Amino acid sequence: MDVAIIGVGLHPFGRFGDRTGIDMGAMAIRSALANAGVAWRDIQFAFAGSYEIDNPDAVVALLGLTGIPFTNVYNGCATAASVLALAADTIRLGEYDLGLAVGMDKHLPGAFSSDPRLYACPSWYGELGHFLTPKFFGMKINKYMHDHGISAKTLARVAAKNYRNGALNPNAFRRKPLSEEEILGSRMLNHPLTQYMFCSPDEGAAAAVLCRADRALRYTDKPIYLRASVVRTRRLGAFEVHSPWLPIEETAGPTVDASRAAFEKAGIGPEDVDVIQLQDTDAGAEVIHLAENGFCRDGDQEALVAGGALEIGGRLPVNTDGGLIANGEPIGASGLRQIHEVVLQLRGHAGDRQVPGEPKVGYTQLYGAPGVAGVSILSV
Amino acid sequence: MARVPAAEGVFTWPSDEPRLIGSQCGACGIVTFPSQGSCPRCAATEMAERLLARRGRLWAWTTQEFPPPSPPYGGPTGAAFVPYGVGYVELADGVRVEARLTETEGLENGIEMELVLVPFRTDADGNEVVTFAFRPVGGERSRA
Repeated sequence: MDVAIIGVGLHPFGRFGDRTGIDMGAMAIRSALANAGVAWRDIQFAFAGSYEIDNPDAVVALLGLTGIPFTNVYNGCATAASVLALAADTIRLGEYDLGLAVGMDKHLPGAFSSDPRLYACPSWYGELGHFLTPKFFGMKINKYMHDHGISAKTLARVAAKNYRNGALNPNAFRRKPLSEEEILGSRMLNHPLTQYMFCSPDEGAAAAVLCRADRALRYTDKPIYLRASVVRTRRLGAFEVHSPWLPIEETAGPTVDASRAAFEKAGIGPEDVDVIQLQDTDAGAEVIHLAENGFCRDGDQEALVAGGALEIGGRLPVNTDGGLIANGEPIGASGLRQIHEVVLQLRGHAGDRQVPGEPKVGYTQLYGAPGVAGVSILSV
Repeated sequence: MARVPAAEGVFTWPSDEPRLIGSQCGACGIVTFPSQGSCPRCAATEMAERLLARRGRLWAWTTQEFPPPSPPYGGPTGAAFVPYGVGYVELADGVRVEARLTETEGLENGIEMELVLVPFRTDADGNEVVTFAFRPVGGERSRA
């Protein structure tokens, strides 16, 4: 049973005072429903993702209590990818025709924090200052740069690209371009990552309406087909966040596993992809994810970035809406923002950010604690 | 001023030559740190404590330039915060352990590191709370 996306909607990402995450979720849902040309009463099931909101399904209070199955999802920073995969799989099972995937979040500024015991880590791991995500990304890119010859300038270029793309995106949080010098010169947080190389937690919501592919043309003359939606968790030996230890025998990370499985399900390869969204928790993550998702070999990124390949007009346009760096990260919504942008690109509706040449295949990847990745492949 | 360990069961205490306390699976042989009760590879419940090597090679590192969010961080914050290094040290036991590093400069993958105890904070009773860390061996760099 194939799945199509017939509508997408977004509440802008940023900081919105007293507006609640659930209010933002409702606005994104209304926007997606209008985009699909369906009403809330037509939706047969839904999944909602959020980190901060215990019961994002409570959004029905603002839309209509129709009694549908509505399940809440939390899967670290890969939450929205999991929401999408579950919604798609529900249609694939054959019992439902039309459903909704939504993510919403409203975070305080600053690094994410929690109780390490909730992540199967000992409590001293947090007390002693190890229970942090930015440090993991610092270590991972620092090692990757050493092993594969990537320079700090490449990190600055990637961040600058995302700020520049964000300036073209009216829904982005950070809309001011920053120069490579400003990025390199900003406060060092976890060597080699400076403040402006990192995304920051913020607020926002995004939603998508999914239906059976064989019914999609009833709703739109340009359905976007979900060729794969895959979630994988880490295998032993992967270099993942919140790991007090690692074995010597290394294995590929969950992003590699999810990517391979998604390409296999879709029956295509990286060379077929026209527009890409990668998890840019920080600029280093975008660099590493380019290789982990099969778009280049380790080390190629130095030349690719210098040559402009990742720009909107380049051979491998990545994060055309500014990614996490420009949009910030409301955990529950982030992956559905990626879907929103890719759908716009494939429809030819991305305006100033439009990838030229009528892109036909899009790709999104999310990664989050404690080592989970979600990949989706979309096509016209 | 008395010294107390920052956590129980993580490193041997009191000891002139502290060792990290890991565990090894009696069924499949994998070594973990810290010690845990069941195996993350084969799910068996035959873990036994294993004292880990005091020296190893730096495998990955970064610096922590800002105080981690508190809670859960229990160390000095604000103006009292001192940046520290953090990384993974590969030990001959077949495990890479994450640890604080005593330096924030002069770190390179492959250099030899040794386990030390360093002051972490002062507790409410005035005791010096110490934690484990790795320090470059001999102040000079030796590479694999």
